Amino acid sequence: MAAAGARTRLVRLKEDLAELDGLVIPGGESTTMTMLMQRMGLYDSVRQAVRDGLPTLGTCAGMILLAERISDGLPDQPGFGILDIAVRRNGYGRQVDSFEADLELAGDERPFPGVFIRAPIVEDTGSTEVIARHEGDPVGVRQGSVMALAFHPELSGDLRLHEEFVHLVEGRAS
Amino acid sequence: MAERNGSGSQKGTFKVKAGLAEMLKGGVIMDVVTPEHARLAQDAGACAVMALERVPADIRKEGGVARMSDPSLIKAIEAAVTIPVMAKCRIGHFVEARVLEELGVDYIDESEVLTPADEENHIDKWPFKVPFVCGCRDLGEALRRIAEGAAMIRTKGEAGTGNVVEAVRHARAVNAGIRKLQGLNRAELVQEAKRIGAPVDLLEECQKLGRLPVVNFAAGGIATPADAALMMQLGVDGVFVGSGIFKSEDPLRRAKAIVAATTYHDRPDIIAEASEGLGEAMRGLEIPALPEDQLLAQRGW
Repeated sequence: MAAAGARTRLVRLKEDLAELDGLVIPGGESTTMTMLMQRMGLYDSVRQAVRDGLPTLGTCAGMILLAERISDGLPDQPGFGILDIAVRRNGYGRQVDSFEADLELAGDERPFPGVFIRAPIVEDTGSTEVIARHEGDPVGVRQGSVMALAFHPELSGDLRLHEEFVHLVEGRAS
Repeated sequence: MAERNGSGSQKGTFKVKAGLAEMLKGGVIMDVVTPEHARLAQDAGACAVMALERVPADIRKEGGVARMSDPSLIKAIEAAVTIPVMAKCRIGHFVEARVLEELGVDYIDESEVLTPADEENHIDKWPFKVPFVCGCRDLGEALRRIAEGAAMIRTKGEAGTGNVVEAVRHARAVNAGIRKLQGLNRAELVQEAKRIGAPVDLLEECQKLGRLPVVNFAAGGIATPADAALMMQLGVDGVFVGSGIFKSEDPLRRAKAIVAATTYHDRPDIIAEASEGLGEAMRGLEIPALPEDQLLAQRGW
């Protein structure tokens, strides 16, 4: 994000959310992240901030957190229910099935290097706009000021999607 | 080995192997010996579990040859949780590693906690699709393991002792090794590579990054929330807790507290709150009181 021109800080407590122009919900384990956010009282504040229009980029586990419909998570795993999509956790399988592949981005002819790690599968894109595809299947979506990707652009070294998010944030902030 | 299918996607690349470790950063990986333990670890907020038959403290007590766990136990633990499952194989035992890969574990720990199968060679980890984590005591050992294909490193500490002193020693040794590279020119880097027994290109990468090129966790002897926070402040990316949790009086509370202290390692107020009334920690062992042949960190070369 810094390479794409943004100043960043870690959000670990509710107070850290104040005065942010944009939020990145990164990869990790969505179940673990949800639980820890609930324990620290961060869960409701983050959900409210995103609902109130804070531009947000979710990658991998972050995509799952933003999704309205989650399968193969914990039975009581709540989502923020912000993006009108359905995702299946670890939809591609365990770690040995993690992979790299070239992706097609909407409105950009150059392939994007996608890194998928125990990634979710997007089973339904609802009313969202598809911004990235792998062999025709949706792997990145956008709805208003929220972007979500099943893969990890931060591991590929290609800054195009980071820059697109920074532009989105600047558009909102100005 | 990286595998390419017809459509151009590749599995088992180094990026994908090291990438999973990136996703575990800031988290706690807990040793578990039953599916119930595994669920408890997941509920406590572990970012992954290590499935094994005996925790290091019991391996230490019971003696005998410690080997890879029974596949049925690993499968039962995989079925019990949604977070990544790791498992240990003996140093140099590439067949145990192939079996673990077949079982679908998410990471293999080629571990000095088990009895080594080869006293000269570690596993050539490049041909595997599953990623490996390996232990180290200093920079040279870390880089030798990375040269063999390890996609994640952990400092060894002294497992099963509940004593953090060796973990601190090893984390500081890695840090010092990397600090020493700053300012060395190419000729001096070659000399340093020879001295510590590691490939010069990996030294160059550490010099450029100012850290190891892969994620580095701390392991071996972490027993309290403050221990975990101490290791985080020494610059590691996360912690492994083995015997420290399930050998304590109230494992769930202790596990939650260690998770909190790892995330908020620079917030003494939160660590204090998490540490309150946890009951007894594991008893712990003094390192100098251990016979030389029972020091696990010396295994691996």
